[in-house]
Amino acid sequence: MEEIVILSGKGGTGKTSIVGSLAALAKNKVLADCDVDAADLHLLLSPSVKQETEFWSGQVARIDEHKCNECFLCQDMCRFDAIKDFRVDPVSCEGCGFCSHICPVEAITMEDNMSGHWFISDTRYGPLVHARLGIAQENSGKLVAQVRQQAKKIAGEQGLDYIISDGPPGIGCPVISSLSGASLALLVTEPTLSGIHDLERVLGVCRHFGIPAVVCINKYDLNEENTRKIEDYCRSQDIEVASRIPFDNAVTEALVRGVPIVEYGDGRVSQEIEKLWQNISKMLEDARKK
Amino acid sequence: MIISVASGKGGTGKTLVATSLALSLKDTESVQLLDCDVEEPNDHVFVKPVITGSEPVHMLVPTVAEDKCTYCGKCAEVCAYKAIAVITDHVLTFPELCHSCGACSYLCPEKAITEEGREIGILELGQSDGLSFIHGILNVGEAMAPPVIRKVKEHARNDGTVIIDVPPGTSCPVVEAIKGSDFCLLVTEPTPFGLNDLVLAVETVRELGIPCGVVLNRAGVGDTKTEEYCAKENIPILLTIPLDMEIARLYSRGVPLVKGLPQWKESFLGLFDRVKEQINGRNRNTER
Repeated sequence: MEEIVILSGKGGTGKTSIVGSLAALAKNKVLADCDVDAADLHLLLSPSVKQETEFWSGQVARIDEHKCNECFLCQDMCRFDAIKDFRVDPVSCEGCGFCSHICPVEAITMEDNMSGHWFISDTRYGPLVHARLGIAQENSGKLVAQVRQQAKKIAGEQGLDYIISDGPPGIGCPVISSLSGASLALLVTEPTLSGIHDLERVLGVCRHFGIPAVVCINKYDLNEENTRKIEDYCRSQDIEVASRIPFDNAVTEALVRGVPIVEYGDGRVSQEIEKLWQNISKMLEDARKK
Repeated sequence: MIISVASGKGGTGKTLVATSLALSLKDTESVQLLDCDVEEPNDHVFVKPVITGSEPVHMLVPTVAEDKCTYCGKCAEVCAYKAIAVITDHVLTFPELCHSCGACSYLCPEKAITEEGREIGILELGQSDGLSFIHGILNVGEAMAPPVIRKVKEHARNDGTVIIDVPPGTSCPVVEAIKGSDFCLLVTEPTPFGLNDLVLAVETVRELGIPCGVVLNRAGVGDTKTEEYCAKENIPILLTIPLDMEIARLYSRGVPLVKGLPQWKESFLGLFDRVKEQINGRNRNTER
C-alpha cells in the first residue's frame, strides 16, 4: 500500500481539482481529505456518508462561578489570555489545564472538547475518509492523523494499493500531520513568484521529514518564464517535474458541475493529468523494485 | 483600526487585496501591513520592503535541572500535551509538543524546572516607500504558527490603519490572526470551492463577533451562488475584481495590482471607505 499526499504550500494552486481527477484515474485506492479546516474534495466526489463519528480532542477550562473567589490567579497565570472577568474564552483556551491545577478553591474543571466530525463515505471512485473541524477549533493536526489512520485501516482491510490524500495549504501542524510517513508527496505549484516561494518552503518540509517529492506545475502557461524558473529549480534540487498543466477555464466549468476535469472533457488538461498519474505510478513502482 | 483579510480557501486573492489596499492607502493614511500568514508569507514578494530589523521568535520550553529533580512525576502529570515524561530516574522533554503554558515549571515542587527559549521562527520589520511592514516566518519543520502570529501582532500600532494578511483555513492560526480586528474582509471566488470555504470563514468571524464583508475575486468564472449566499446572509460585497488574465499575469510577476494597473487605486480607496461605513454603521446600531 502506498500513500500519496498532495501538497502545495500556497493555497489555491489546484490540489483538490487534481486529487479529484486522480480519484477517477487510479484503481484500487482509498481517498482521504486531510484539509480538515476547509475540506472541498467532497464537492467533486459527491460522497454518500456511511459512518459519521464525533471527534473529541483536547479540553477546555470551565470556572464554577459559585466556587470562584475572584482571586485573579488563573487570569494572571494564563499565557493564552483566555480568562477575562473570571470567565473562560473557549476560543483562546488551549486546554493546558494550568489554571485548574493552581486554583486555590478548586473552582476550575477541565471539560472534554468535541472539536469536529470525521466521516467514512462511498463515492463512485471508492471509499473516502473526510472530516470537518468545528468552527474556530484547535487540534486540526490530530484530526488529520485520525483521517489518515482510518484511510490506512480501510486500505488494509480491502487490500487497496493506494491512499491518495488531499493535503492542507501551508507548512505547519496539519501539513506535517498529513505528510509524516507518506510514500510520496506530490507538490502542486503555479508559475507565480508566490507559488515558487511557497514551493521551496513545502519542499523543505518534505526534506525535513525525509519524504520523496515530485512537482506538478499547474497553469504553466500563465507565465512561461516562471515555469522555466521552477523547472530549473527542481533540476537543481533533483526533483522531477512530473507534469505541466495548462490554464483552462474548463477546470472551473467541471468544478461547477461537480465532476473531476478528466471526466468532463479530453482536452489538454485531462491529458496532462493522465500523464501525471502514469508518471507517479511508475515512480512508485520503481521505488518498490529498489 | 485593524482590518484583516481572510478567506477560508487558499489562493483566492488575500495577498492581492491586502497589498493593494495597503499601497493605496499609504499616501494619505498611516498604514501598517502585517503578514500573519507565517507558514507561507508572500506580501514581501509584492511590496518589496527594505528590511530594517529582525528578531527571533522563541517559545518557552522546560529544562530540568536533574540535580534538583526527585522524579516525583508532577510535571508529567500536569502536562496536557505529553511534552514531558518521567521514567524512573530520567526526565524526557519533547520541545516540539510543548505549548509553553508554564504549568510544569510553576508546579514543580523542587523548583527544578526553568524555561528556555526555543527559536521557532523570526519576525522581519521594514518599510516600503512609506508603508510600514512586518512579517513572521515560521521555521521549516515547525508545527506551531500561532506563537509567531502573536508576536507579529504585538507590533501592531494603536493609531492609524493596520492591515493583516491572514493564513487560509479556519483553525487556530486563522483565529489568532483575526482576533481583535475591527473588520474582516473575506476574499472569495465564485466557485463551489470558494463558496464552501467562504461559509466556513463567515462562521468563524461570526464566532469571534467580528463584522465582515466580501471581496469577490475572479468574478465571471464559475456561478452566481456566492452572490446569492451573500444576499441571503446579508453580507455586503464590498469589491468585485473580474477574472482577467492581465491581473493574473501581474500577480505571477509579483507586481501589486495597484502598481500594474493604477486605475485600481480608486477602487481600493472606495473599498476602504465602504469598510469604514460598515464599522461606523455597526457602531451606530450598537449605540441605539
